[in-house]
Amino acid sequence: MATTLLRQHLIDPEVCIRCNTCEEACKPKAITHDRRNYVVDFAKCNGCGDCLPPCPTGAIDTWREVGEAYSVEAQLAWDAVPANAAPAATGAHETGIPDDVARLEEEASRSQGGRAPPPWSAAHPYVGLYARERPAIATVVGNHRLTVEGSETDIRHIVLDLGKCAFPVLEGQSVGVLVPGVDALGRPHHVRLYSVASPRNGERPNHNNLALTVKRVTADLQGNPVKGVASNYLCDAKRGDRIELTGPYGDSFLMPNHPGAKLLMVCTGTGSAPMRAMTERRRRRMGLHEGGRILLFFGARRPDELPYFGPLSRLPADLIDVELAFSRSPDTPKEYVQDRLRARGEDVAAWLAEDDTYVYICGHKRMEAGVLEAMADVCAARGFDWSVRREEMRRAGRLHIETY
Amino acid sequence: MSIDYASKIPNNVDLGSNKTLQRALEHWQPRYLDWWREMGPEGSLAHEVYLRTAISVDPKGWAHFDYVKMPDYRWGIFLTPPEEGRTHAFGTHKGQPVWNEVPGEYRTHLRRVIVTQGDTEPASVEQQRQLGAICPSLYDLRNLYQVNVEEGRHLWAMVYLLHAYFGRDGREEADEMLQRRSGDADKPRILGAFNEKTPDWLSFFMFTFLTDRDGKYQLAALAESGFDPLARSTRFMLTEEAHHLFVGESGIGRILQRTAEVMKELRTDDPAALRAAGVIDLPTIQRYLNFHFSVTLDLYGSEVSSNASIFYTSGLKGRFDETKIADDHVLTGSHYDLSVVEGGKLVTQSENALLTLNERLRDDYIVDCQAGVDRWNRILEKGGAAQRLRLPHKGFHRKIGSFAKTFVSPEGEVLTEKTWNERASAWLPSDADHAFVQSLMGRVAEPGKYAHWIAPPSRGIDQKPESFEYVRFA
Repeated sequence: MATTLLRQHLIDPEVCIRCNTCEEACKPKAITHDRRNYVVDFAKCNGCGDCLPPCPTGAIDTWREVGEAYSVEAQLAWDAVPANAAPAATGAHETGIPDDVARLEEEASRSQGGRAPPPWSAAHPYVGLYARERPAIATVVGNHRLTVEGSETDIRHIVLDLGKCAFPVLEGQSVGVLVPGVDALGRPHHVRLYSVASPRNGERPNHNNLALTVKRVTADLQGNPVKGVASNYLCDAKRGDRIELTGPYGDSFLMPNHPGAKLLMVCTGTGSAPMRAMTERRRRRMGLHEGGRILLFFGARRPDELPYFGPLSRLPADLIDVELAFSRSPDTPKEYVQDRLRARGEDVAAWLAEDDTYVYICGHKRMEAGVLEAMADVCAARGFDWSVRREEMRRAGRLHIETY
Repeated sequence: MSIDYASKIPNNVDLGSNKTLQRALEHWQPRYLDWWREMGPEGSLAHEVYLRTAISVDPKGWAHFDYVKMPDYRWGIFLTPPEEGRTHAFGTHKGQPVWNEVPGEYRTHLRRVIVTQGDTEPASVEQQRQLGAICPSLYDLRNLYQVNVEEGRHLWAMVYLLHAYFGRDGREEADEMLQRRSGDADKPRILGAFNEKTPDWLSFFMFTFLTDRDGKYQLAALAESGFDPLARSTRFMLTEEAHHLFVGESGIGRILQRTAEVMKELRTDDPAALRAAGVIDLPTIQRYLNFHFSVTLDLYGSEVSSNASIFYTSGLKGRFDETKIADDHVLTGSHYDLSVVEGGKLVTQSENALLTLNERLRDDYIVDCQAGVDRWNRILEKGGAAQRLRLPHKGFHRKIGSFAKTFVSPEGEVLTEKTWNERASAWLPSDADHAFVQSLMGRVAEPGKYAHWIAPPSRGIDQKPESFEYVRFA
């Protein structure tokens, strides 16, 4: 999965003296004020920078990378730029998630109903080891198409080698990709987050590498043609190309180490990346006979657009139980993941009733409502209340949702 | 004789095309430099100062930072580029094209406005000339010098208008600007507040926060002028003025931050204990605020003023943010509420809006000051101090206008002269206060070091680190 970080121009109300020079200088009239604060309207700011030199205080030179731009109203109410939003420019290897990424993650996991702790048996994650100012440098060692050549959707499996650079990632974590150059307005491109598709010991075990699942974006959410900057950059990458990474990020959407834990996964499209990482982790440990099962609901438009379809179908049945749903398949009736969830209602409800079950939902925002509704229905049919169960599971670190 | 005047006097007014004007200003320039050497910052001529210089008026070019010896600073003439088709925004000429020449009937009024504004600029440089010797850091010293050179440039802006549009009278007035001296009994500066002393940095910060803010409001009112060269001059000056307000607001803010830190550390708000610990107690800061605020309010003139009315109706000086106000911009028949003392009580009186424009500008100014004081109070709040600063009532300690003969406390109670005098020492800085503040004023001039009584700034100038050498001494 991929998400975008926006670079937002703000004014630091603790430093600003309301002298009005910025508003005076702002041609697109993006800067406004009330009795309290001067603020920049993200939608109107064209990044021309005319407001920067006249500012006597430096308050104007405030930038944040955010998942969702702060509204004018929110900014007008500030006493200070949100405290935990310090830019990751300090240089030192700070741990902890930068606020920009935290906001992105919060956005992605909003329908979870609040922050979830990681599973109790998850390994401890490293977060934020690398930032924009000092990224990790990875080399492309593999880039192959997962979807059938000629199909509309171009989804790729990209393997990055990190050489001697320490970049520890866990299944479910993501990395930031920095696209070189600047956008049409001369600003550096936003950081894009991609979930890691390989398990913790790498795509090729013990070679310090990781894999990403990247879909080439050719249209926006409304279907208008648009060329995704980062996705096209990654999909076009050749072996040997150098890619700058930030992160790793994510300290909640992690898999349990506890061998008996059962994983109930629901995903669409490239939301399969973390599922693939977790499944692969389990597959590699099958010889240990640790137990624990996986139930996967996976949706795509057509079989030829379903990433990892081939390898998935070859996985042993005692490891994973796979339900596929195709919404545009010429051979089968239109089906969504929630339809498969309902069809397997008995099993799903039984799994949700157990204390060793961990639920992971990842994919398009528009699938989320349907999936949660289906879960509520199957629980109701078994006589328990999903809304109560869901909250219990979230608080126990057993429900993780990332949608975009 | 081929002198490149354009480079001698940087300008964006095509000075080269008007030889007479060029020559006149060329004569004035050495006199200005003489004045700077005599009355500019003391002992500073050879210092290299990290200054912001305007090299053009577009946003990209006007904040150029580099080390400069102040006498070599490129004082020049910069006007905001003309606005195509600009018309009078107010007064009887509303809707007509703005003037690019002085209309004969307003010549005297306009000259007076420009001279009054221009006179304040060198005055404040003179008032501040000794502060360098007691600077709390190189950062602050640099800011002082930046303020000083920009006040100098503001003088240039007004002198240009006098030379370019007022002939011989204008040239004489320009010379007079260099003759008067702040605080001089024989040749004082025109306005009272500009003859007060600025003996210490607390006064300097109060002055830049409060009195330079009067400058902002006067300039903003002139930026609305129908005499376009004046409007364009003052518009560019406003951009520079903002730095001065910043110096004041952040200066006091850093003092408050430091005081709050020590209050927390010692768990006391006892002024004597805090003074012993080497920081400025909040009651002293409040008294300085009361003083500087009240003398600055006097700069706006009488509440009821026929001059103000004439300036407005004739299109010479507008209101603050004139073009953003939603009314008829003529004001005949409109009213404005005044506070006055009547029968020992404060009452509200409705007056003709045209006659009360001074008061309106003063009220707008007070709102802006209050916002700054609120931000200071947030620093106290954040520092854990329970005390707050407050602006005194606008009738407090006034020498000009209807409050001049009244005795109003900072809280707005109307008192008798006797009671007021008995309590005045709690409201205004005493000689002992001045002496104490003066006692803190040791010179700190090592990069990255700050006097004990003031916190370091949260950001450097031009994004420079805290330890940056803002001033290199000769």
